[in-house]
Amino acid sequence: MISWPNLVSQLFNGLALGALLALISSGLTIIYGTLGVLNLAHGAMFMIGGYAGFVAYQYTESFIIAVIAGSLFVMLLGVAMERLIIRHFYHRPHEDQLLVTFGLGICFVELVRLIFSSQSQLVPPPALFQGITNLGFMFYPTYRLAVVGIVAVALGALFLVLYRTRLGMIVRAGIEDSVMVDSLGINVYRVFMIVFGIGAMAAGFAGIVNAPVVSLTPGIGDDILVQTFVVVVIGGVGSFPGAILGGLIAGEIISVTSMFNPGYAYVMLFAAMTLVLVVRPHGLLGVQGRE
Amino acid sequence: MLKQRPFLIETLTAIGLIAAPFVLPHLGFAPNTVNRILVWGLFGLGFDILFGFTGLLSFGQSAFYGTGGFVAAYLLTRAGFGNVLGALIIGMIAAAATGYLIGLIALRRTGIYFAMITVAIAEVFFFVEFNPLSDFTGGENGLPGVPTPSFDLGFTSIHFTNGWSLYQFIALCYFIGVIIALRIVRSPVGAILSAIRDNPLRATAVGHNIHGYKLTAFVIAAAYAGFAGGLLGVLQAFMPPDAFTFDTSGQLVMQTAIGGRGTLFGPLVGATVWLFLQDFLQSALGLGAAWKLVLGVVFVLLVCFLRGGIIGGIADLYRLASGKRRRTEAETEAEDAGATQQPAPAPMQAKEVEHPAYSGPILKATGLTKRYGGLVANSDIDFSVNQGELRGIIGPNGAGKSTFFKMLTCEIAPTSGQIVFEGRDITGLKVTEVCQLGLTKSYQVNQLFTGLTVRQNLTIAALAELRGKFRLDLFRKLSSVKGLTEQVEHTLALVNLARRADTPVSELAYGEKRRLEIGLALATSPRLLLLDEPLAGMSPRERVETVKLLKSIARGRTMIIIDHDMDSLFELVERVTVLQEGRVLVSGTPEEIKTNTAVQEAYLGGVHGEIAA
Repeated sequence: MISWPNLVSQLFNGLALGALLALISSGLTIIYGTLGVLNLAHGAMFMIGGYAGFVAYQYTESFIIAVIAGSLFVMLLGVAMERLIIRHFYHRPHEDQLLVTFGLGICFVELVRLIFSSQSQLVPPPALFQGITNLGFMFYPTYRLAVVGIVAVALGALFLVLYRTRLGMIVRAGIEDSVMVDSLGINVYRVFMIVFGIGAMAAGFAGIVNAPVVSLTPGIGDDILVQTFVVVVIGGVGSFPGAILGGLIAGEIISVTSMFNPGYAYVMLFAAMTLVLVVRPHGLLGVQGRE
Repeated sequence: MLKQRPFLIETLTAIGLIAAPFVLPHLGFAPNTVNRILVWGLFGLGFDILFGFTGLLSFGQSAFYGTGGFVAAYLLTRAGFGNVLGALIIGMIAAAATGYLIGLIALRRTGIYFAMITVAIAEVFFFVEFNPLSDFTGGENGLPGVPTPSFDLGFTSIHFTNGWSLYQFIALCYFIGVIIALRIVRSPVGAILSAIRDNPLRATAVGHNIHGYKLTAFVIAAAYAGFAGGLLGVLQAFMPPDAFTFDTSGQLVMQTAIGGRGTLFGPLVGATVWLFLQDFLQSALGLGAAWKLVLGVVFVLLVCFLRGGIIGGIADLYRLASGKRRRTEAETEAEDAGATQQPAPAPMQAKEVEHPAYSGPILKATGLTKRYGGLVANSDIDFSVNQGELRGIIGPNGAGKSTFFKMLTCEIAPTSGQIVFEGRDITGLKVTEVCQLGLTKSYQVNQLFTGLTVRQNLTIAALAELRGKFRLDLFRKLSSVKGLTEQVEHTLALVNLARRADTPVSELAYGEKRRLEIGLALATSPRLLLLDEPLAGMSPRERVETVKLLKSIARGRTMIIIDHDMDSLFELVERVTVLQEGRVLVSGTPEEIKTNTAVQEAYLGGVHGEIAA
């Protein structure tokens, strides 16, 4: 049952899934790190990215436009959500923040279900990446290879924003000590809004990029959200490198375990999380005292 | 709202449950719906103790609901176990045991980490139930054929079949669940749980092992979930696999928040609203699948605008209508602060000494050093205080005074050095243990249980001394804890807050909060009390009062006081230690310190110039 081509192809699947998880988790983790809000609607953002891209694709038949439209739509949704609702929750307890984002997530999912029904929708991969690539020792769907590349580019862009721009510097400083940043005379609320938008966009972008791999359903974000949590716990809350490392680890665990028995994928994922919690309670690359 | 006349809530619950079958059919409730509501309500009783009372929001309760349900259903359908009630109880125990193991992992972290871990756990259980354990759980088919309970009483047998007949059994289970939950909430453990929700840091510092209590709440919630899960199988004559889904946990959380957290009955009210709306929107309004969207929107609005949920909203309305806002008390406060000419209460006894033979210095620190990376906060401090002494510590801002205190109470571990309290090496102990030994401190920045009343605050601290750091007296009445009332009343009198005893902390004036801060430390009956800037932020008149207060509590115990108000401090203490840049500059009597040139230099001269008020 275990053949080398099978294993290698699962490792590739793990890489593609891991890269996606890394991107989505980065969005979640920079939002949490900067704003102190865990967005339980993050999975719904991922799902909406897919659907928004799907609608754009219906009209234009262009994958590029679908990706841009999906990402932008979710970014705007994130900004609106922050301005209208999340902003009023910064000074309320964590439980309330969790409750309201959880409720919003349900509203988003149900709204999409109402508009598009529960039937799955399909976005085909762009013509350039259709078909199967011969890697010499095995055949592998071209688009899945492309996903790794596309997501890597997106992560690189996120890295540049976080580590090479003034905004990124403020965000990283805010993750370390938001009170200090506030007292330096920086308008943190504007930064919060932008960060929420960028974080949401990361999920939305992942959603539309992932759409050709799986078919879209309104519940697609729920599983992703849970996996994202495991990634963040493994990598360490608020750590961008941690999200990437955690994402890749989680992706590989899910894919390789699924090769033997898909039922155990979550068990193994959970075992890995428990191990990290016992050995390094603050995550592999996390910093103490950030919760 | 949970402490009124004895048995009032129990009686009202019983009346409500008895009246329900006669009233509810006229409102359009089918018996099956009512039974479902009760199962959710029972599930929610435990969850509310975890979330509403302890402040731990878990999104993983479906794991225990499903575990209890499937263990009970398996016993009854596949294992040939005949006793329904017995199977339900075994299911409950299985869920509680699972809760204990999961709690050990999930409670390693708090806040959002805890929420994320519980979500992940619930998902694992779902997948395990579907795949590896599908031989036992029936996989996606669930377990059909769960029997209903019957009891053979010898002369006759009672069989609860379905509808209103089964209602009697479920209602009885719910009623017992309510009685148990009320006992727990009113017990010392219940009081400590709400302290943990309010301020876990202080709950730890006054000497409670909060990890143990959190785990207790987690197991209680799991037990309730397990029993409710079993009832679901009985109710439907079928154990559905979707009991394990994340949606179950989510629905429980939403129902609790809709009904009102921290009320025990919130989940019941929330479930009623939920199931009623589901019926109403789906069939009466013909909304079809959109009903969940409507509920989602209602939920978001409630969280935004009505934090206490429906019950909280009704309670607010009631208070508004009856005009019971305590406005007058706040006004009396101003004179209260000044007019404190009652005879000073007798000094409070400190905890009894464990080794009466010991007669050396009560506290001795040697070579105490704390480094934060390159920053040296405390460097090689040698410090010794004798029994019964009143010691002052002064030093410019940033001298490391608070860091020094935090190390003495073991809130932070020293980089190197040793702390000996009453001849016993306490270096490396936890702050909880040190408080239990009789050493605690009041904080520079108030650390109170802000959601509770003054009396409740002091009760939490006194309980730590009277019950030790962990004890599972879940069914004991708070009032039956020996010596508790006396100790709380005494502390109230001592810090001059007796007239404000039932005021919520959030309504206290600053000076009163400051006195309560000292009272919290005092109520643990410490033999050595550290006070970190007790006079900070007080008006001159309040200072005079507080100095008087400090003098009266100093009788019979040792105290170390940090403050910037030198006039007050020098009047109060026998010896003063001056810290500067993390080192001991000099020690001596107030007179010696006043005339010491090095001290004058530290305060007035050089680059560290900072004149104390």
